[in-house]
Amino acid sequence: MNQAGTSYTAITASLAAMFREFVDDDYVISAAESKRPFECDGLPVYKQMPGLVVMPSSTEEVSRAMRLCHQHKVPVVVRGAGTGLSGGALPHPDGVLLSLTRLAKILEIDPGAGLARVQPGVTNLAITEACAPHGLFFAPDPSSQIACTIGGNVAENAGGVHCLKYGLTVHNVLQMTVVTVDGEIVTVGCEGMASAGPDLAALMTGSEGMLGVVTEVTVRLLPDPPHCQVVLASFDELEHAGDAVTEVIAEGIVPAGFEMMDSHAIRAAEDYVGAGYDTDAAALLLCELDGTQEEVRDGIEQVAAVFRRHSARSIRVSQNEAERLLFWKGRKSAFPAVGRISPDYYCMDGTIPRRMLSKVLMDIARLSHEYGLRVANVFHAGDGNMHPLILFDQSVPGELEKAEAFGADILRLCVAAGGCITGEHGVGVEKLEQMLDQFSDAELAQLNAIKDALDPDALLNPGKGVPTLKRCQEYRSA
Amino acid sequence: MSALADLLEQVREAVAKQRPLCVVGGNSKKHIGREQAGDPADMGTFAGVVDYQPSELVITVRAGTTVSELQKVLADENQVLASDPPAFNGKATVGGALACNLSGPSRPWQGSIRDHVLGVRIINGKAEHLRFGGEVMKNVAGYDVSRLMAGAMGTLGILTEVTLKVAPRPETTVTVCRPVGASAALRAMNDLCGTALPVTGACWHAGNMYVRLAGPASAVAAAADRIDGSTLPGDRDLWSGLREMSLPFFTDAKDLWCISLRSTRDHFMPDADWLLDWRGARRWLAARDDSDTLDHGARDVDGELWHVRGARNGAEVFPDRSEAYRAMLLRLKRAFDPAGVFNPGRLYSWM
Repeated sequence: MNQAGTSYTAITASLAAMFREFVDDDYVISAAESKRPFECDGLPVYKQMPGLVVMPSSTEEVSRAMRLCHQHKVPVVVRGAGTGLSGGALPHPDGVLLSLTRLAKILEIDPGAGLARVQPGVTNLAITEACAPHGLFFAPDPSSQIACTIGGNVAENAGGVHCLKYGLTVHNVLQMTVVTVDGEIVTVGCEGMASAGPDLAALMTGSEGMLGVVTEVTVRLLPDPPHCQVVLASFDELEHAGDAVTEVIAEGIVPAGFEMMDSHAIRAAEDYVGAGYDTDAAALLLCELDGTQEEVRDGIEQVAAVFRRHSARSIRVSQNEAERLLFWKGRKSAFPAVGRISPDYYCMDGTIPRRMLSKVLMDIARLSHEYGLRVANVFHAGDGNMHPLILFDQSVPGELEKAEAFGADILRLCVAAGGCITGEHGVGVEKLEQMLDQFSDAELAQLNAIKDALDPDALLNPGKGVPTLKRCQEYRSA
Repeated sequence: MSALADLLEQVREAVAKQRPLCVVGGNSKKHIGREQAGDPADMGTFAGVVDYQPSELVITVRAGTTVSELQKVLADENQVLASDPPAFNGKATVGGALACNLSGPSRPWQGSIRDHVLGVRIINGKAEHLRFGGEVMKNVAGYDVSRLMAGAMGTLGILTEVTLKVAPRPETTVTVCRPVGASAALRAMNDLCGTALPVTGACWHAGNMYVRLAGPASAVAAAADRIDGSTLPGDRDLWSGLREMSLPFFTDAKDLWCISLRSTRDHFMPDADWLLDWRGARRWLAARDDSDTLDHGARDVDGELWHVRGARNGAEVFPDRSEAYRAMLLRLKRAFDPAGVFNPGRLYSWM
């Protein structure tokens, strides 16, 4: 709560002066034109100018900044590269936007132990690039990996194409430094692999900047697989492709990546990058295997046999690295490719048990018909994480609202199928209402109690992630 | 389920009377953590498979199901637990395995049970039965309560159901053994683990290094050829003995300590009786109670020291935490268990 009779605007103005005592003038930003780039993240349907932008350059500066905001009860929204897709970094109009992009050093790489200590503003790809000379890589690889930061990866528990085999961010982080809402500096986790007590590092991971500010992360590095090949297969029916996915996993094969695209996505991607996809197909599967040469050879044979059993139209195996990358290029550019065939698109992130793929895809097709909006489906089939892209035109009145309603229906389908409303994009501001489909009031109250325990004044990223009790009542009675 | 109703009633009563509860599964891990009083909340009746979808590699069991029973159910489908928690003579339960988050020798490569938990149901301190997570691999809706429970030793709530990701059974397993000193073994293990060999165990004891390979037969054979040393027959006993803490090294030790640390840290106190596991990231020490020296030694290498066995006289077993860290834990404890009835003192004297 704010002090009675004082406006937030006045507080942020006087705060700016206090920040300038320990943060370079250039990095305490109050001018509107300089704050503009921070008004939204990767979900630009939500926009809000922040009260003040502060860009600290060390854990100590973050700690002082938090102490100051805590003392004055000013809300703080932490931001990395702003590539998030759920409005999680949407600023607070009367608060401080704490940008961590200046904390961008790789502090240490210990190739023997397979770990790196990095600051939160380091980009995901920069970690893997820095480790490459040692034959190591950082496994989480969200499609924004060129731009997104490790801090953001921790906040959202980012996955990516290879998490099927190598895990999510939560599986690849050993230790982190967290600045609490009142400015205390705490180390959670352990450089070894066993830390006593409740797993606070796991609690922080995926908490969307609502429980603390992560200012240093020790990540696990994995050895580069010596050999890697991808099988590209096309199908006449979505159902056949969905069943093939289930059977590959059931056979005990663990692909490094296993992706699926539907006909809209196939054609858009093919037009955009010319990856050699079968544009007459209803569905396309990309299944990557890595490991020793022998392991990959055997795996490819097994996967191809499953695809044949499920009436694949065509099966191609990458014969060299250039071809492997070309096969992936279409999938990796699917979002911008779909962006070319529609003025706007809305990306969903529901996760379902694999065996429900065919059913949920058919239900989405039915909804698409009902809403009169096209859907392009691109997703991490191996772990059941779907990214239906709802195509719409924001300039047509009412169409955004229609797309949002369609999206909410898709997430309801996911929950009904035994899945969840978000696999890797986070709840942010976007999916607050869907949290009520996922959780009971008592469960939401428990989640709010966790928030309240670590941030009693609700200063960290307020209004995100978990709906407050008041909002729950409003939604439930609506 | 009347067993659930009974348990909820027991929690309500404990809260009303301010009497602590001692959550007990198979009572197999009494030696881990601190001793604790309280009325037993018996989870033994909470056993059985709730749902198993082999094609999804996902299983949901009641928390009182034993680890051994779970392994049997999985073996029928040619699957295994993705992680390697001890079964402790068939007594350990799945709930206890997650609550204590102990891991066998495959930890650095296959993760701990914490890495494979997808969802839980818990009873909190308001006697509410709640579900968090689910049965899918990727789920960022809400805070990760399932993993927060890992290592909490029942101090935040009673686990009633656990959903786990499981794995296909590896086709072949081979162990390569080589005589070598501790320091050289640490270097060799870390070097080996920097290459993509199908390693699932790397330990050293009494002058020998052991490396376990598991996976497709072709890959295991190729990898075994690349490692110097001889193949160890009957290797299962070694690895299960490590996991179950049943090797003579463990059973003979009057005082047993364990340090988790970065695997490349130098070998120290070379004259002591060490067993190095997890490629050097977990080091067991059988030594007389000398907690101050060990504590300093562990701190110097940014490690975490646990006192696993020996005379304690009520002392802490797990590493000391900063004031800010303690404050976080205590506030979380209150958020789940406002009356403080779940396993007070089990983890720390102050929690």
